[in-house]
Amino acid sequence: MNLKISTAEKIRVLLSWSGLLTFLALMSGAAISARISLSNTSLAQSHDTVDFRRDILPIFQSSCITCHGPLKSEANLRLDSDEAVIRGGNSGKLIVPGNSQESVLMKRLLGDGTAPRMPLGGNALSKAQLETIRTWIDKGSFVLGSPAGPAATSGPPVDTGRDTAGPPGESSEFIAKVRPILSERCVHCHGQGVQQNQLRLDSLAAILKGGTSGKVVIPGNSERSPLVRRLIGLVQPRMPYGAPPLSAGQIDAVRHWIDRGAQGPDLAEAISPKGGVKHWAYVKPGSPSLPVVKNTSWCRNAIDYFVLARLEKEGRLPSPEADKATLIRRLSLDLIGLPPTIQEVDDFVADDSPKAYQKVVDRLLSSPHYGERWARPWLDLARYADSHGYEKDDRRVAWKFRDWVIQALNNNMSFKEFTIEQIAGDMLPGARVEQQIATGFHRNTMLNQEGGVDDEEYRWYNLIDRVNTTASVWLGSTMACAQCHNHKYDPFTQKDYYRFLAFFDNSEYYVSDLGQGEGWVVEPELELPTADQYAKSRDTRAEIAKLQGVLDTSTPELEAAQPNWENELKRTEQDWVILRPNRYVSAGGTTLKLLSDGSLLATGKNPEADTYTLAAPLERPGITGLRLEVLKDPSLPREGPGRDPDGNFFLSEVEAEVSPAGKADAGEKITFAKAVADESQEGYQANNLVSQKTYKTGWAIDAADTVNRRQLVLIPDKPFGFEQGALLTVRINHEMRHASRNIGRFRLSVTSMENPTRIVEVPASLRPVLDTPESGRNEEHRKALAAAYRSVSPLLQPTRQRIDDLKKALEELGIVTAMVFKERNSFERPSTDFHIRGSYLNKGEKVYVGVPSALNPLPESQSPNRLGLARWLVDEENPLTARVIVNRYWQTFFGRGLVETSEDFGTQGEPPTHPELLDWLATEFMRQGWNIKEVHRLIVTSATYRQTSAASLALIQRDPYNRLLARGPRFRVEAEMVRDISNAAGGLLSPAIGGPSVFPYQPEGIWDRPYSDDRWIMSQGADRYRRAIYTFIRRTAPYPSLVNFDAPSREFCTVRRPRTNTPLQALTTLNDPVFFGAAQAMGRRILKEAGSSATERATYGFRLCVSRHPTQKELDQLLAFYSSELSRFQADSAIACQVTGAKVAGVETPELAAWTMVSNLLLSLDETLTKE
Amino acid sequence: MKNCTPDSMQDFLRAVTRRHFFRQTGLGVGAAALTVLINRSLFGADLPPQGTANVPGPDPEKAPHFASKAKSIIYLFMAGAPSQLDLLDHKPALQQLDGKPIPESVVKGERFAFIRGVPKLLGSPYRFSQCGDSGAQISELLPHLPEIADDIAVVRSLSTTQFNHAPAQIFMNTGHQIVGRPSLGSWLTYGLGSEASNLPGFVVLLSGENQPDGGTACWGSGFLPTVYQGVQFRSQGDPVLFLTNPEGIQSQDRRRLLDYLKTLNELHLQSVSDPEISTRIASYEMAYRMQSSVPELMDISKEPESIHRMYGTEPGKASFANNCLLARRLVERGVRFVQLYHRGWDTHGTSSHDDIASRLPKLCLETDQASAALVKDLKQRGLLDNTLVIWGGEFGRTPMNEERNRSKFLGRDHHPKAFSMWLAGGGIKGGITLGQTDDFGYTVVEDPIEIHDLHATVLHLMGIDHTKLTYRFQGRDFRLTDVSGNVVNKLLA
Repeated sequence: MNLKISTAEKIRVLLSWSGLLTFLALMSGAAISARISLSNTSLAQSHDTVDFRRDILPIFQSSCITCHGPLKSEANLRLDSDEAVIRGGNSGKLIVPGNSQESVLMKRLLGDGTAPRMPLGGNALSKAQLETIRTWIDKGSFVLGSPAGPAATSGPPVDTGRDTAGPPGESSEFIAKVRPILSERCVHCHGQGVQQNQLRLDSLAAILKGGTSGKVVIPGNSERSPLVRRLIGLVQPRMPYGAPPLSAGQIDAVRHWIDRGAQGPDLAEAISPKGGVKHWAYVKPGSPSLPVVKNTSWCRNAIDYFVLARLEKEGRLPSPEADKATLIRRLSLDLIGLPPTIQEVDDFVADDSPKAYQKVVDRLLSSPHYGERWARPWLDLARYADSHGYEKDDRRVAWKFRDWVIQALNNNMSFKEFTIEQIAGDMLPGARVEQQIATGFHRNTMLNQEGGVDDEEYRWYNLIDRVNTTASVWLGSTMACAQCHNHKYDPFTQKDYYRFLAFFDNSEYYVSDLGQGEGWVVEPELELPTADQYAKSRDTRAEIAKLQGVLDTSTPELEAAQPNWENELKRTEQDWVILRPNRYVSAGGTTLKLLSDGSLLATGKNPEADTYTLAAPLERPGITGLRLEVLKDPSLPREGPGRDPDGNFFLSEVEAEVSPAGKADAGEKITFAKAVADESQEGYQANNLVSQKTYKTGWAIDAADTVNRRQLVLIPDKPFGFEQGALLTVRINHEMRHASRNIGRFRLSVTSMENPTRIVEVPASLRPVLDTPESGRNEEHRKALAAAYRSVSPLLQPTRQRIDDLKKALEELGIVTAMVFKERNSFERPSTDFHIRGSYLNKGEKVYVGVPSALNPLPESQSPNRLGLARWLVDEENPLTARVIVNRYWQTFFGRGLVETSEDFGTQGEPPTHPELLDWLATEFMRQGWNIKEVHRLIVTSATYRQTSAASLALIQRDPYNRLLARGPRFRVEAEMVRDISNAAGGLLSPAIGGPSVFPYQPEGIWDRPYSDDRWIMSQGADRYRRAIYTFIRRTAPYPSLVNFDAPSREFCTVRRPRTNTPLQALTTLNDPVFFGAAQAMGRRILKEAGSSATERATYGFRLCVSRHPTQKELDQLLAFYSSELSRFQADSAIACQVTGAKVAGVETPELAAWTMVSNLLLSLDETLTKE
Repeated sequence: MKNCTPDSMQDFLRAVTRRHFFRQTGLGVGAAALTVLINRSLFGADLPPQGTANVPGPDPEKAPHFASKAKSIIYLFMAGAPSQLDLLDHKPALQQLDGKPIPESVVKGERFAFIRGVPKLLGSPYRFSQCGDSGAQISELLPHLPEIADDIAVVRSLSTTQFNHAPAQIFMNTGHQIVGRPSLGSWLTYGLGSEASNLPGFVVLLSGENQPDGGTACWGSGFLPTVYQGVQFRSQGDPVLFLTNPEGIQSQDRRRLLDYLKTLNELHLQSVSDPEISTRIASYEMAYRMQSSVPELMDISKEPESIHRMYGTEPGKASFANNCLLARRLVERGVRFVQLYHRGWDTHGTSSHDDIASRLPKLCLETDQASAALVKDLKQRGLLDNTLVIWGGEFGRTPMNEERNRSKFLGRDHHPKAFSMWLAGGGIKGGITLGQTDDFGYTVVEDPIEIHDLHATVLHLMGIDHTKLTYRFQGRDFRLTDVSGNVVNKLLA
């Protein structure tokens, strides 16, 4: 061993020239230690044939694989297996079998001058090594099974989606070769009897799990696997400890097996403690019979038998039923996410009938708010948001999907349909619009619109997200692990992963090409006009098309009128007086130079944002138009007219002020009503300068053409100027957002003509045509000029007006869109690329759709496509889905699932606390047709659910997480409910359901986006008080108070929200204007609705928040606080006004202020924020 | 438990063993989470058990930690990616080859964000000089950095896998390019808790253009409980959201309300026994203390004039310099991880707004003095030994001129293959320059360091074995360094 280590040391020295990390060298050194002696003699001489593993691999390992191996695969090339060598890399095939001269590999190794000689930066291979490789290429055997190899396979691959882990033969490699070695040499210390360092080597799962020092096998990488390193003595102590080392052949067998992915027989089988029995979650749930219990009278339904059986086994008793006020609040929060009204509480308390409880449950299950409450956890799973995510994070229109979920739940759609429509609603025969909207589930993935992204890479990330999310949501499985390698614990192979991914890789998209690295994947959107909108838009579009035809057609009448127009247009230049500024300054340090034609030329510094201010005398009053001419100049970049490298500019604002001559301080601001230009870049229309948009933009042109002059005419809302003369001051602003796009040369002029925009009636590019005599124009010019005339001709004015009106009407229709899936038509079984080690760039063979081999097969009757997948997910043979779903419902009601790790039912997840109950619920759920409301009813009508959550400290300490269910659930409600409870108590909550997302109060500065002027504009009226589920979700800047209460950003699928208690939450309920606003409203409500005594009022406020009556002690506290506040406000009514938000103090203001403070306290009460 | 004052809450927390404490918190991780904010190093040398600690997991005991000097980290994140070739990675050969096309073989098959075809090399227009005893090569754009040259380790051999800003920033912060993993600061506060008694353990301060491209996910907690996410202290409005009482409510009024609130919560605690109520009471008390401690912290006006001159701070202004001074004040108060973002380094050269001739010097002007001052100030206070300072962006920039749309402004495209950072204090060996790139500065040729290596090293400096700081999520133990990462021993003092 010592000898070998020193060889490794030599290699490290040898490799250091290539500038590699010591550890990399060490590893590769270790790997080759057994073979290094071979590399210096030509094997062609010592053997008749050249064998890749025996002769070639050692050479590559010593000189190549640090860059082209498992750790790094530069140029996508790996040289650590014959398949990989034959597959080649970025620059194509490396080897022409039989022809070493034509083989790129030889050319690169020899260095033929066309590309760097390999190894890059290192010493050339020895002659002997080169000779060996040459011989291998020329005479080697290249019969490979891989379709990527030169020996092409015939016919399309047949993939039934039903084989076991990896290619055939690999699983037997473990059984046939590796396990015998381990059994013989290792399991005495690492087996059933003794587990040194808690390591067992007697089952595949145990081997993969490792021991106290961590993993011992890294599948696919024997070099880095501690097991191998121990076996060869690179890490001491060498293994087997105190015994002779394994033979080279044995070590090779272990290494080979690890390098091929360390696969073996069914992993679930191997890991099962009993051996040969599948992990419980992969076995279809049976229908357990009800256990026998002693106290049958406690049981209300089947759930209770299972729970009680466990309790009796543990010698424990269930808790008594909670009081009615607590129960109805619990039910109401659980089923509709809102606290009950006081009336509802009182009615329930007063209702002695045996059906009282059932009635409440019925009412809540049929409430339209039920869908809102239950959509919330589903939207976490669906990662629903209103923006794309990543850097740009622009808005998207996605809310139709949110509303679909709410409606589906309200309509009690069976979970089966609910699933099929979301996964593949578009593929259902004659898919209805709603079924297409449902596919928005997987369109909620993010979209990276950052400049320079590789769109295909991000599309791939979306596919991965779709696979991982589907597996989490329906299968409760961490399939994500299998993206890069076979799942280490659960029976999902890497191939399973890509088969699953293939289901999603057959939907339509295109890549928007915006040039220069800007482009992204665009997936389908569905326009959703109402019947009325549809008819209107169809008719309107048809009429627009017809009228456009009129505009495009010349008539003799128009032709006759055109010369007149041309003459007027030419003449109108004389109607403008060029202003000669007597003062012109730049705020940013630009040097402005006045030229003889009255224009100003910008030179010198070109600041990021500049304002040019000009002052010029005005001789006449009655100015009806101000013109800005923007001119080319040879001194400007590309001759301008702007100063950016392309000659562009961006004008953000023009401000003007006029003062009577000699009275500069009596200036009046001029308001412009309209701005028209003879050329504008798309999206940067001149009218941007004056329109009242929600965010500011401006005027720009396309500097690429050769037009010398562009004109902008600004029309004041009334004529300006003074009889005695005036001074006009004009400020031309450029802004930071379009940095250094200042205007290079420009000129101002004014007119008092009636129609100042006449001068811009001809596009800037046609101006030269206008100035050319008719005879000198070509046909194209004539046509263009005629079109320009038609676009302004008074004869066609009614037509143009009509078109404008129609377009406006079309826009005002406000047709909503939904993000949907659309399957590509294909006759082939959908497929995708395998990705080696999960790397986006490292593509492998083609993989065809299939479901994980370890689960129920795709039924013969189902098509192997996304629709088939959807139906497979909710097939009754599927062992996971029903369990996963009912468990998640249980989690929502009880705070924890029966399987606590609701996202992982695999071998690494927690086992169920009540396995029979879980199975019973799952089978009952299916038996009832996947009826969601019925399973909810079942849970809430159980005695288990109806227990009080109050307990003794001793009891809580015995079972802090309530795993035995010996008491009712008690935990802080989720973020959305915290807010809804507060607004409901304040009487503010809007009951409206669905529609576009809303913008309630949000502190300034939360939306602080690069590249975006998008602002949070607060909604008006009742929309400020919509339920929290409707709050607009911008992924990179989510709504802060919801975040404070653990709401996720919706960037990825969230199965289980954490529940924290933090000071930031305390600050939110105490001080967030939303919560304080609710307190103010609640104060008003108390005064208005409660009786006149302080006791009645305190009681009423208390009950608005927690439903029950306060105890005497609690009431005393509230009243004492009220009195102290009241005296404070009575002493200072100004402060009372501040607290209530009143402008002037009224008689009741101090009282109102005091009740506001009491409400502020009550809304912060632990019990208010808690379901108990 | 009956008289649950803040003090007795502390007693309560001290009285229970760590394990017991977590078991007792019952539902959720509320109390555990709160301790990050209120308890002094509760986790000490140990780590909290996993989120699902009630059922014995396969490996509930964490390996003991080793002693470390570093207690806090200040991470100066230069969002947008500063040009290493104009600041820290001196390339005389590149300067000589300025304007020559880069050999095609180098860029063949490479992906760039904006560069197309065969671009021209761009030598740095800036002079470098050898600084300090160490002789570190530092650009003239950073005139203050030489003052701390012997305290910092310049690393020139970093590389990443991402070349778009948002994913690269997410990768740099979370060890994975797709949003969803916890950030470095979250891992640290999860692993070590916080020593601050009145402040969050993980604070984020922003300056420059606006928030980083990666958004709040840069300081998100991923699958860790949200209490471990960074809390942004803002320079406008409330420094912490909702910190200020509504109009008409003074501190003493708030105190009075909280006293009654506490009594009411305690009454209910007596009847239902849920320990989460104690946690909530404590959280309100902590909020109250934050209401005075945070404004006090944010008010830098009382710092001596010499300090203001040193940092270039102006009280009341939002600036990187102010944030540097705040960072020092935060670690003085025991905050575990302070992260400053300064956005704007994306110098493509499409205009003077983003070129290396005018924009880059401006960014240096905004950041150089204060960055150096921070290290000097920590040192003079004896805090540098236990505070690790990190300066750097999410990737590097190309040795080639981008010339997008034939722009005449000098600029560099995104370059993940090689970039530079510097680190100081907290057990870092000062006065060294580690790693080499080739003559173009294109690839790393010596001492390559990947992001996971950097993370492993940072955790090591904090006394954490990066392979052992794990959190079980979806059936597997996740860690910041995923399945790789090696501590860069050469950086350790």
